[in-house]
Amino acid sequence: MIEHVPLLAMEGIDKQFSGVPALVGASLSIDPGEVHALVGQNGAGKSTLIKILTGAYRKDAGMISFTGKSVEFTSPEAAQRGGISTIYQEINLIPFRSVTENIFLGRALKRYGLLNWSKMNEEAEALLRRFDVKIDVRQPLFAYNTAIQQMVSIARAVSFQAKLVIMDEPTSSLADHEVEVLNGVIRQLRGDGFSVVFVSHKLDELYAVCDRVTVMRDGRSVATARMADISKLELVATMLGRDLQTVKREGQTAFHGAGHASDRTLIVAEGLRVGTRVKDASLSVRAGEIAGLAGLLGSGRTEVARLIFGADQPDAGTITFDGKPVAFRQPIDAIAMGVGFCSEDRKVEGIVPDMSVRENLTLAILPRLARSGIIDEARQSEIVDDFVAKLGIKTTGPEQKIRELSGGNQQKVLLARWLCMNPKLLILDEPTRGIDVGGKADIQALIRALADSGLGVLMISSELEEVIEGSDRVFVLRDGRTVAELPRSAVSELAVMTAMAQGEATADGRVG
Amino acid sequence: MAVSDRPTAGAVPAIATELGPWLSRYGTLAALALLILFNLAVTRNFATWQTLNINLTQVATIVIVAVGMTLVIASGGIDLSVGSLMAIAAALAPLIFLNRIVTFPSLYLGVAIAFVVPVLLAGLFGLFNGWLITRYRVQPIVGTLILFIAGRGIAQSFTDSNQVIFSTPEFQFIGLGRFFGIPVQVIIMVVIVVLAAWVLRRTVFGKQILAIGGNEAAARLSGVRVDRIKQLVYAISGLCSGIAGLIVIARNSAADSNLVGLGVELDAIAAVAVGGTLLTGGRASVFATLIGALIIQLVRFTLLANGVPDAAALVVKAGLIILAVWLQRRVAT
Amino acid sequence: MNFAMQLLRSQGVLVVLLLLILFGALRYDHFLGQFNILSFLRYNAMFALIALGMCFVIMTGGIDLSVGSTAAMSSVIAAYVSPYGLLPGLVAGAAAGLAVGVLNAILITRLNILPFIATLAGMLAASGTGLLLAHNESIGVSYDSGFTDIGQGDVLGFPIPAWLAILAYLLGSLALNYLPFGRNVLAVGGGEDAARLMGLPVDRVKFTVYALSGLMAGLAGVQLAAQFGAGQPTEGVGWELFSIASVVVGGTLLTGGVGSVGATLSGVLLLGLVFNILNFENGMGLVSLRAHWQSILRGAFLLIVVIIQSRLALRVRRNA
Repeated sequence: MIEHVPLLAMEGIDKQFSGVPALVGASLSIDPGEVHALVGQNGAGKSTLIKILTGAYRKDAGMISFTGKSVEFTSPEAAQRGGISTIYQEINLIPFRSVTENIFLGRALKRYGLLNWSKMNEEAEALLRRFDVKIDVRQPLFAYNTAIQQMVSIARAVSFQAKLVIMDEPTSSLADHEVEVLNGVIRQLRGDGFSVVFVSHKLDELYAVCDRVTVMRDGRSVATARMADISKLELVATMLGRDLQTVKREGQTAFHGAGHASDRTLIVAEGLRVGTRVKDASLSVRAGEIAGLAGLLGSGRTEVARLIFGADQPDAGTITFDGKPVAFRQPIDAIAMGVGFCSEDRKVEGIVPDMSVRENLTLAILPRLARSGIIDEARQSEIVDDFVAKLGIKTTGPEQKIRELSGGNQQKVLLARWLCMNPKLLILDEPTRGIDVGGKADIQALIRALADSGLGVLMISSELEEVIEGSDRVFVLRDGRTVAELPRSAVSELAVMTAMAQGEATADGRVG
Repeated sequence: MAVSDRPTAGAVPAIATELGPWLSRYGTLAALALLILFNLAVTRNFATWQTLNINLTQVATIVIVAVGMTLVIASGGIDLSVGSLMAIAAALAPLIFLNRIVTFPSLYLGVAIAFVVPVLLAGLFGLFNGWLITRYRVQPIVGTLILFIAGRGIAQSFTDSNQVIFSTPEFQFIGLGRFFGIPVQVIIMVVIVVLAAWVLRRTVFGKQILAIGGNEAAARLSGVRVDRIKQLVYAISGLCSGIAGLIVIARNSAADSNLVGLGVELDAIAAVAVGGTLLTGGRASVFATLIGALIIQLVRFTLLANGVPDAAALVVKAGLIILAVWLQRRVAT
Repeated sequence: MNFAMQLLRSQGVLVVLLLLILFGALRYDHFLGQFNILSFLRYNAMFALIALGMCFVIMTGGIDLSVGSTAAMSSVIAAYVSPYGLLPGLVAGAAAGLAVGVLNAILITRLNILPFIATLAGMLAASGTGLLLAHNESIGVSYDSGFTDIGQGDVLGFPIPAWLAILAYLLGSLALNYLPFGRNVLAVGGGEDAARLMGLPVDRVKFTVYALSGLMAGLAGVQLAAQFGAGQPTEGVGWELFSIASVVVGGTLLTGGVGSVGATLSGVLLLGLVFNILNFENGMGLVSLRAHWQSILRGAFLLIVVIIQSRLALRVRRNA
């Protein structure tokens, strides 16, 4: 009997960021020649775990053994030399350089002290041929599509004698047929004895290519199972921290509390399509309701929101606002009609860090506060004071820089940025992400109150209870398609999860 | 909380860390005050009306250009074409008031048009910069490099590369005239500085410039017409350059399109940098730029007045820029 | 047809350069005459040297504003040392340039100061030092020591400055295409974070290109002194931006990551030729085209290149 020695074993990994635990005794074990899925919601700790493995972060506690030896890599480069290569979500190659160079940078083949291009080209071709990729390796990388670029990443990893290849959401920007090719390559790698850690949110792909799965939640590794032994629904329930039996029981009971929605439909989006992320998304929001938009990461929720707001242009599909067909060419067109949008990433797309609370709060309304371009500062202060008080924004004063505020208070400022405009429709992308419990409850109550006062809200959230308890109706996106529209009476954790996992609602919910 | 993505270079004594925020806010002002005190003690005849006027006159055109530059930098860009745009306005104006293009019935009409049209033309060229940068997503350095090169040629083509000499007091009062003993160009400078500072503080336009420089994506999502604002900012930089060009020729009684505004882009950027505005955008103070320009000017004056050659002032200026930028970096991270 | 398009895309500058030469040869009598060719090459060699250094800097995604005043300062130093002979003059000028380059490199890689600002300071410092050393005057070189040969002499009937430039471009091309250093330069410019993750020595690469650019500017300064018989502290104004323009016209992306040494040379020659042709045009006496047309034409070339490049950049962004 052969003793079972894993290729990689991470055990009891702890990691804190300025006192906030990101990993709590997390573990991961990968066998040789295995494709292992690593899944979890946002903030579950997947990336942190991987960054610790590849030396981008240092662990606080725990042990890592690789090929039977205890290791601690100090940089991604060291991990690469040690046999662990990572293929990142945004491809970490150099688009302008040739395919060959991207494979050989940092490991040049030389003859007489000069680069031996013919040898490197040959080897690059040979490496790619293993994956049935036959391309001109002398061309710059950007000449090829994302799938080929992924292959080049993989070829680079293989050429660096990697034993373990980590793929961080490799399929997020691939078209369906490209995913097929990638899956073929992954199987090939497994056949050649490589191990692969596969991070993805697309369940179908996990089942297509992975042997086992480790589920992370709240910084812990909560389950490891063979893919064959766990159903999609169980997997989703584990990710979200729900007990399937309880869910099924609760799923039968309808939610209480009346919907306040009026009959007036504010916005209808139909058949939206853009790139590879959004394929066929439809939804509608009525005045006075919270419409939830649910879906796993990468299902196209944010992209749909951006299309509705005019931040991106759809390739196909129609949007009707207040009964009239509209085509918002840029956000300001949507804003003029009474739409607001709080984006998912506060830092990158929300706050202007060096500006004050006052300036951030009134950024969108500024043109309306002005007479011939001059800001009416009295009115501005009035609005700021009003909303700081109304939303309970904790700040030392309106002149404080917004970057000095806590996440929850920053979010309130951004909400106020739109609320002061008296919008008709508010699109909220992950309104409570990264906000502590107290702040969260505040913001949720606020959203409810807004809807009750007649505002239409489209709320995107990864947190199941937020969508379920908060929404009057729920749309479920899966792989860029709207797969279910659940009215209040049909909204249940089971129904939503089933739609997320399998693309159709069960008997509990109507098929959308 | 601001988190630095790079290790800070070198260890710094605790006192420097504590002084940091204070230095970033009042450092330039303190430096200016120290320079003045030093001169009062050392330089003979410093505390005179004349000294003040000399220094302000010499710094006026650079400050006017630097104000436009500050707005451009606040929006996250840069403008290398300012010197050439100065030359364009400078070459055109005398042709107008000397009746070389059309004959005006009255000198005053000619002079009035000579004030307006060249400045507007420089503004139009600035708008072209903005159009190129927003329409083709060209980096501002390259986008404005085109007019840096071609602009001077355009200016020279107006006068066929010849120097135009004139004596037209009606026009030249902007360079030579005085109001209550204060040179007119200094008054123009002050007006432009105050106006720009007011725009940045009190108008929608000003706040939107800063928002674009601070976070372009957030600004766009908040309904700021990013492209239009950027185009306007470059146009304003062009207008400022045009005004500065007119002052220079009025002072010199001659328009030499080969020389007007030569190298002023770097002087203006230096003033912005010494004033403490980071070149990364989002934060800007027109008064800081004014102080930056005054410091550079006063250092030069101090060295000259005390027998140090002008060239040494360049080296000191280099040191000042590095010191100012380095201090800002330390505080920002 | 397809072939022609391909050629135009990959060797656009070269094609335009050749067309311009053809135009000149057909239109002007002495355009291809020995005198015109040799003096053209002699004069443009120093710009070629500066553009070569700038090309490497730009390929890393950086910029060097100090080259013009560094050349001026080096010309002064070379002029002072010229009585001791050719080699001491050459070494002194080159070393002075290298020193400015190293200073820039330290500011950029150690103090993390933006290249634009760091080299702006380098420019002022070099300019001031040159003026100080020369007391604001031109410094005549020694004509007895053989120093001027490096600017005015010929070898095998060909100007020495042109030989130097050819040598520099051959070495530069070799380094870019056949040494890991060159590939690292392009990788750093093509994606600094990716290059770091790939384990490339990013800071060392950046340090080297700025030092190299200073060295090239120093050599150009030696040329300036030797060709015109004097160290000229006030020369070099605007050279930095013109050399950036030649590099960009040569198809090197200012954002870094793409570049060609050969095309940079074509860029330098192309922009130089605009001036040369204007001279001939005026010589014909039909129309009088003043020197300002060269600025306008140069700007127009740059505009065209920039617009073409922005299309390329958009294509990359779409595929990335």
